Amino acid sequence: MIEFIKGTFIIAGALLMLLASLGILRLPDLLTRMHATTKAAALGVILIMLAVAMHFAEVGVTARAVAIIIFILMTAPVAAHVIGRAGYFVGSKLWSGTVKDELRPNYDPLTHELKSGRETEANARREPKESDPS
Amino acid sequence: MTGAIWNLLLALAWVVLSGDFTGINLMVGLVFGYIALVLIEPQVESLQGYPARIPRILRFIGFFIKELLLANLKVAFDILTPPWHMKPGVIAMPLEARTELEITMVANLISLTPGTLSLDVSDDRKVLYIHAMFLDDEEELRHNLKEMEYRALELFR
Repeated sequence: MIEFIKGTFIIAGALLMLLASLGILRLPDLLTRMHATTKAAALGVILIMLAVAMHFAEVGVTARAVAIIIFILMTAPVAAHVIGRAGYFVGSKLWSGTVKDELRPNYDPLTHELKSGRETEANARREPKESDPS
Repeated sequence: MTGAIWNLLLALAWVVLSGDFTGINLMVGLVFGYIALVLIEPQVESLQGYPARIPRILRFIGFFIKELLLANLKVAFDILTPPWHMKPGVIAMPLEARTELEITMVANLISLTPGTLSLDVSDDRKVLYIHAMFLDDEEELRHNLKEMEYRALELFR
């Protein structure tokens, strides 16, 4: 039984990794590629680590596997966010099939100011920052 | 927080007293410690709310795993079949979360579920810009995101 679960986890994890790499090749633009790489790869690593922990069934190995899972869960979304954000603001083109972009109209490329579209009178005025072009 | 520390202390006491230093025994100790804390909760003020939080965290983990698997399958299907079914787009989600920690947690959770990637927070911290892969049903997506945010915030408050 446990053999079966371990095998399923490892195969599923490897398939997810394969899927992530296929996604990098096939998907049309930077942001959709970030989708494929972070999530599928993270879930793949988690499944493989669970299988490893089950296979060895030792405290040391399990603790390390859990630590790896926690670190992946902590770092993967941050990395995806930073790469995606940088790519978007540097101006990488979105795919032609993109149906909607609510960020572009609210972003000022000169001051790097990002409005929310729901400003009130009180916070509409902005303090000048050092990074503003003079 | 006090509740968590006490739970851990009780579990350690259980491990030391029963003399069996294994992970499974620590788990058993945690469960017994939790039961003890549930029993004395009405009399101890600083424990208030701790017992109710644990099932909430477990439910949240279950909910999150379910979302993760479903959405991964959806993305997988789209990558493997030649025509594109996806309708990507950037949407603005109004945030309920106020503090830095809450916003970070919500943004990370949204990034972790496949199909959504948090891009940026507006300067006044009222709106989170999210890149979504499947905008066929925007209402439903917004509803799901709201539910995720609500459940995540429940853990902190």
